[in-house]
Amino acid sequence: MDSLDQLEQQSVYILREAFRHFERLCMLWSIGKDSTVLLWLARKAFFGHVPFPLVHIDTSYKLPEMIAYRDRLALEYKLQMVVGQDGEAIAAGRTFPLTQHLPDGHPDKLTRVDCCGILKRDALKGTLQGTTTRKRLNLKTGTYDVDPDREPYHGVIVGARADEEGSRSKERYFSPRDKNNAWDVGDQPPEFWNQFKTDFAPGTHVRIHPLLDWTELHVWEYIKRENIPTVSLYYDQGTGTRYRSLGCGPCQAPIQSTARDVDEIIVELRSGKLKNIAERSGRLQDGKHGLEELRRDGYM
Amino acid sequence: MTDAPAAPASSSPNVDLRAGDLREIVRPQMQIVVVGHVDHGKSTVVGRLLADTGSLPQGKLEAVRRECERTGKPFEYAFLLDALSDEQDQGITIDTARCFFKTILRDYIIIDAPGHIEFLKNMISGAARAEAATLVIDAKEGVRENSRRHGYILSMLGIKQVVVCVNKMDLVGHDEAHFKKIEAEYRQFLAGIGAVSPRQFVPVSAIGGENLATRSARMTWYKGPTLLETLDAFTMAPSKSAAAFRMPVQAVYKFTKHGDDRRIIAGRIEAGKVKVGDKVVFSPSNKSTRVKSIEAFHAAPRTEIDAGWSTGFTLDEEIYVTRGEIMSHADHVPKVSTRLRANLIWLGRKPFLQGRDYKLKVHTMATPVRIHKLLKVIDASEVSGELAKDHVGRHDVADVILETRNPIAFDLITDSESTGRFVIVDGYDVAGGGIITAAESDDQDELRSEARRRDFNWVKGAVSASERADRYGHQAALVMFVGKKSGMGKHRYARALEKALFEQRRNVYLLDGTNVLLGVDQDLVWVDTSQSELVRRFGEVAHLLLDAGLIVVSTTNAIGLADFGAVQSLIPDSPTLAIEIDPEGTSAQPCDLRIAGDEPEAEVAAKIIALLATRHIIGK
Repeated sequence: MDSLDQLEQQSVYILREAFRHFERLCMLWSIGKDSTVLLWLARKAFFGHVPFPLVHIDTSYKLPEMIAYRDRLALEYKLQMVVGQDGEAIAAGRTFPLTQHLPDGHPDKLTRVDCCGILKRDALKGTLQGTTTRKRLNLKTGTYDVDPDREPYHGVIVGARADEEGSRSKERYFSPRDKNNAWDVGDQPPEFWNQFKTDFAPGTHVRIHPLLDWTELHVWEYIKRENIPTVSLYYDQGTGTRYRSLGCGPCQAPIQSTARDVDEIIVELRSGKLKNIAERSGRLQDGKHGLEELRRDGYM
Repeated sequence: MTDAPAAPASSSPNVDLRAGDLREIVRPQMQIVVVGHVDHGKSTVVGRLLADTGSLPQGKLEAVRRECERTGKPFEYAFLLDALSDEQDQGITIDTARCFFKTILRDYIIIDAPGHIEFLKNMISGAARAEAATLVIDAKEGVRENSRRHGYILSMLGIKQVVVCVNKMDLVGHDEAHFKKIEAEYRQFLAGIGAVSPRQFVPVSAIGGENLATRSARMTWYKGPTLLETLDAFTMAPSKSAAAFRMPVQAVYKFTKHGDDRRIIAGRIEAGKVKVGDKVVFSPSNKSTRVKSIEAFHAAPRTEIDAGWSTGFTLDEEIYVTRGEIMSHADHVPKVSTRLRANLIWLGRKPFLQGRDYKLKVHTMATPVRIHKLLKVIDASEVSGELAKDHVGRHDVADVILETRNPIAFDLITDSESTGRFVIVDGYDVAGGGIITAAESDDQDELRSEARRRDFNWVKGAVSASERADRYGHQAALVMFVGKKSGMGKHRYARALEKALFEQRRNVYLLDGTNVLLGVDQDLVWVDTSQSELVRRFGEVAHLLLDAGLIVVSTTNAIGLADFGAVQSLIPDSPTLAIEIDPEGTSAQPCDLRIAGDEPEAEVAAKIIALLATRHIIGK
């Protein structure tokens, strides 16, 4: 077994433990490379099936290609695809790009982090708890209908990796979140060997991180080995730039890179050329403690 | 596999990867935990190691230096790791931060574990994942409580490759005698608790980068390897494929809803290997069959699989097995008992008490457990730390005999690591963890061995248990009416249940102990024999009726309450229901249903039938 096999087998083990212990289980799918690898690993774990819903939080600022790719795979893999969105905030224009014209200091003007807080963190909370409308893909018609299921999810599988940025390096494989989705970093349960936190108090939920030990390079090596479909935004299309991490259109910047396919990305990562640039450097909301604070408060 | 459009394939001439070669060049990876007493310099060791191996992002070092200048704090390498604001403010590592560096040989994940006692559970979480450990001792302060405690825990967690860094050598004048003294003291402590001896003691000064990545010019008396050289000399965990085959059943999958009829026994092979066609047995149920296929998604078909793989099997016969059983070969079976001796460490805020129920999780099995006997409680931070306590307090270490309600399959830690260690859950939280050092005999050892010999060699008929269950509309099961006294109506209720099940067209039979005495036991009635042989024969008769697929209803009238456990040991593969009649309501005996003895028979029968349905023994 090589390192990639070992990582894959551990992730599969974790996914099966999650499925065993959480009746109300879902997996967050951001359409990015990590959570798509996670989706692939779920098919490995359950012999070609994905026996729980995939949840995507659609901020309405995702690039159209991402949405098309999501729906194509969902139909093809016969996924239970659930989409959550804060339609109200979007309709009312309470977003970062739509409040940019306001003068500084205006009470309605939003920062990037504020916008993430509303369109992602809060929409995620509402979707997980079932307090906001969920839409579910109808596999027969290909349309999204209102999901009659409003029950909260108690186990949430997330594709966070420890090497992405500081706060994620402190996660457990199974990390509890309290009633308010908050993460008490200082008081996490012990994780002995492969015995995880699978008992939880009513109202709380557990975040499950099967990719914790993977690096960005592992993810690409695995995409290569398994031939996993990815969106083209990751590749240079002749402009000398590509996206390294996918977010919302207004808040992401491409990196300088001429990598045109998976092999070239692997070569680029192995060459150490990107070593000095944080993976999420193109994600403009992160800032100094932006991401960490969002995460403590329930962000993915 | 589906034909989803894949990522763009490589066709670029400037790519030096040949398709198919990627597997070979995936680099080996080793997880190393850094532990030690608070403030002995663990984070500094790691920070310096990252800096000296060029593993930091560009500008990070300068940024931290600038931030220190701005706030008037002296620069420390530890700041590099303290990703969370809490930590920087308090100056201690709260959780196990992970960082990555590489040498020519391989990639390392460094887990920087907190040394503060408050965060012992975080240290354990970090260490439990590691293949090797670096333990840091402050040369000036010497061996402290958590140096000892962490040494003990590393040993219990099964980490065999340990390097000790005696840090801050600059504060003791780089003195060889001082270093030797600490090495001798710590080696003696570890030997005293039977812990693994460290590979190497390295005198270092993390702050000056001495003997981490580069050799110190001030300690020329030290001829051994640097920290980095020691790490590179560690070996990857050897494959467990040569050991006896063990696969704890993680789940049994049947995705019928998705149009898939395979019934897959899934789990991770913790040791050994298995081939298609092998005869395999499950413990503790003693079920046996052969491996029909090895299942996987998007992988080449295979006929053999070994340790490390999270896999799945279909079996020749659709036997009923459940999560928590261990799949093995018949000639190398795991231990089965209700009692096991263990070393454990307790982390719960509430102490581990005698007489209280907890949950034991060992491999994939979870079951109620109690302390049967507390042999020793130790304060692992002291050189000779035996405590006179009747419970196990937070951060204490203990030598105990645990007792489970039902027999479970497990191994001794020395025989098979992954099936020889456990955690204990108190309420919602993992509150302790440990290793199994011995299987203690309970009263059922002999009967259990008899059942194993019998079941593994059982000559099966042409009709399988699952075919019978399909035809009859129910599984085989034993419903036993128990209760201390006679004359409380056990027989009356048993008859009523038999009749009620029969009316529902179930194949049911009332096995009365008296009838066994009158016939099968005739030879024993005239000789002076122990009760146990009568119980054994009763159990074997019940086993035959259960093998025939019947629901067997019986009472302990003829055999005595304590012997129900003995009967269960002889029928490990059949579900049993204990119905206790307890007029005073004082019994603490675990049972499936308790009645007072004055309820109408029909009502009791209905309750039991509902219970059988809930347990999926009978169809609705």
